[in-house]
Amino acid sequence: MLAYIIRRVGQSALVLLIVGLVAFSMFRFVGDPIDNMLGQERTAEDIERLRAQLGLDQPFVVQYYKFLEGAVQGNFGVSYRQGRPVAEILLERAPATLELAMVSGVLAILFGIALGVFTAIRRNGVLANVIMSASLIGVSLPTFLIGILLIYLFSVELGWLPSFGRGETVDLGGWTTGFLTESGLKALILPSITLGLYQMTLIMRLVRSEMLEVLRQDYIRFARARGLRDRAVNFRHALKNTMVPVITVIGLQLGAIIAFAIITETVFQWPGVGLLFINAIQFVDIPVMAAYLMLISVMFVGINLLVDILYFFIDPRLRADRSGGH
Amino acid sequence: MADPVLSIRDLSVEIPTRHGIVRPVDGVSYDIQAGEILGIVGESGAGKSMAGNAVIGLLNPPAHISKGEIWLNGQRIDHLKGDAMRRLRGKEIGMVFQDPLTSLNPLLRIGDQLTETMMTHLTISRAEAEKRAVAALEEVGIPGAAERVNSYPHEFSGGMRQRVVIALALCAEPSLVIADEPTTALDVSVQAQIIALLRRLCRDRGTAVMLITHDMGVIAEATDRVAVMYAGRLAELGSVRDVLTHPQHPYTHGLMASTPLASQGKRRLHQIPGAMPRLDAVPDGCAFNPRCPHATDKCRQAPLPRLSGGRAACWYPLVDEKVI
Repeated sequence: MLAYIIRRVGQSALVLLIVGLVAFSMFRFVGDPIDNMLGQERTAEDIERLRAQLGLDQPFVVQYYKFLEGAVQGNFGVSYRQGRPVAEILLERAPATLELAMVSGVLAILFGIALGVFTAIRRNGVLANVIMSASLIGVSLPTFLIGILLIYLFSVELGWLPSFGRGETVDLGGWTTGFLTESGLKALILPSITLGLYQMTLIMRLVRSEMLEVLRQDYIRFARARGLRDRAVNFRHALKNTMVPVITVIGLQLGAIIAFAIITETVFQWPGVGLLFINAIQFVDIPVMAAYLMLISVMFVGINLLVDILYFFIDPRLRADRSGGH
Repeated sequence: MADPVLSIRDLSVEIPTRHGIVRPVDGVSYDIQAGEILGIVGESGAGKSMAGNAVIGLLNPPAHISKGEIWLNGQRIDHLKGDAMRRLRGKEIGMVFQDPLTSLNPLLRIGDQLTETMMTHLTISRAEAEKRAVAALEEVGIPGAAERVNSYPHEFSGGMRQRVVIALALCAEPSLVIADEPTTALDVSVQAQIIALLRRLCRDRGTAVMLITHDMGVIAEATDRVAVMYAGRLAELGSVRDVLTHPQHPYTHGLMASTPLASQGKRRLHQIPGAMPRLDAVPDGCAFNPRCPHATDKCRQAPLPRLSGGRAACWYPLVDEKVI
């Protein structure tokens, strides 16, 4: 198992190196930041000085190495636009995105699995069919439209929930949280539904189809033939066997929740890293864009690594000694 | 004679299809006594398994019991529903499936699957259930049972897994075991061991066994009585010696004549001409008449003779005709 984990960590590192190369390439191929940073009144010396200061006069490989070296230490350079270290700006913004993603993810997983199991067990029931039909809306409507519809209904028409922002936040040693104030919690509701709805319906439909497949297996029939209670058959025997593919997708979807928070954050003007990224694109603020890219890929890769390790705890067949690799 | 453990009376199972109703089990009756092994033979689709599923209440809808009665230990069970039927499964009726590779849950330790089954049906503590799980594995001949309870199914070979399946089917001490092709998926060398094990355990406990198979060797080796099924109907029912050596129904005779025997060396095997009719096209009269060498107009028109006094459901039972 250790060898397996080491191999997966190695693969993850390789992926990050490649993403790093893409992120770094942006510096060289997307416009010239010097143009943006210095106004019309620039002189040739100004340009040269800033170029040297930012290290843009050095060879490609050296720049890439420096970029990686900085990135590993959490140093992504200075934002062209704000003139502050990128890491500082990201850290400021990250709690908003992470809290939103966490609430959406938990909602998506809890409701997705519960509804998936329900619709599989009662597959001919009226309610199950209504849920299945309704889930098509969640899969097919684009995120921004759902957000706008929710804002229209709950903020504009009913006036129950705020339409933008995080509400009041509490600063816990650098981590600003919206969990501790009423307005913060209220502000979370609409964005987290918007962000998590697609993932929830996806998980639900997957759990349902996997459950239906597992319920046809011989061991489920044998479990019934032994007179086990329905609850034990459905949850202990069937649900557990659906978990390997479901966890794979959940892992990918958690990454997607963080990455696609961009759209939700834009719709709700949520002050997270997604909104930061959109603003950075408008101003060609390449260090911010590169750092964001790296941050998202670290999360993606990290979650996938966790998922791979989780397989071991679910499926004993993978725990068997496989020194030969696979 | 004592009351039978299982008594099936005129049982029919129907499946509504787009082309009308088919009847995979049609008016079948038989009893199984305590400690007795009744073999059910027939080709694929003859209704052997369907009858077993009807007894344990696991017919897949839309298949359902349309007629007849099933009695278990003096209690009528064919109309039991939901939880009442579930309580009987495992507790009173154990079932062994064909493929041991797929009938164990791959993610649960076999000890957990055993204790779970026992604790569902018996009022015993977890510690007691765990103790009995080890004993159950020892009884079916799993070496090192005390450690093996913590193993997962994939850590056992096919034959060992079938032993685990048998332990699971018997762990709540049911009075009837339905074994549906228990050796078909196993190596020939392991088949005999599994049959001997099943036989010994059931003899010791006085368990009645319904042994469903298409393997005449298994029938000859393990069973006390045989029921031969053809197109959902009972063709012949009698003691294993009578049926195998002096079959009265022409179908049984054909079946026996087409069984290869090592003692006969190389020779061309007998074949029964034609094939068993599809269930939606069973001919009038005796279902076997189109393939029967002795068929007359009576066989083609008159309703099927029931098994009452005689052994074979046939107008012209073969008299003292030895097989080869």
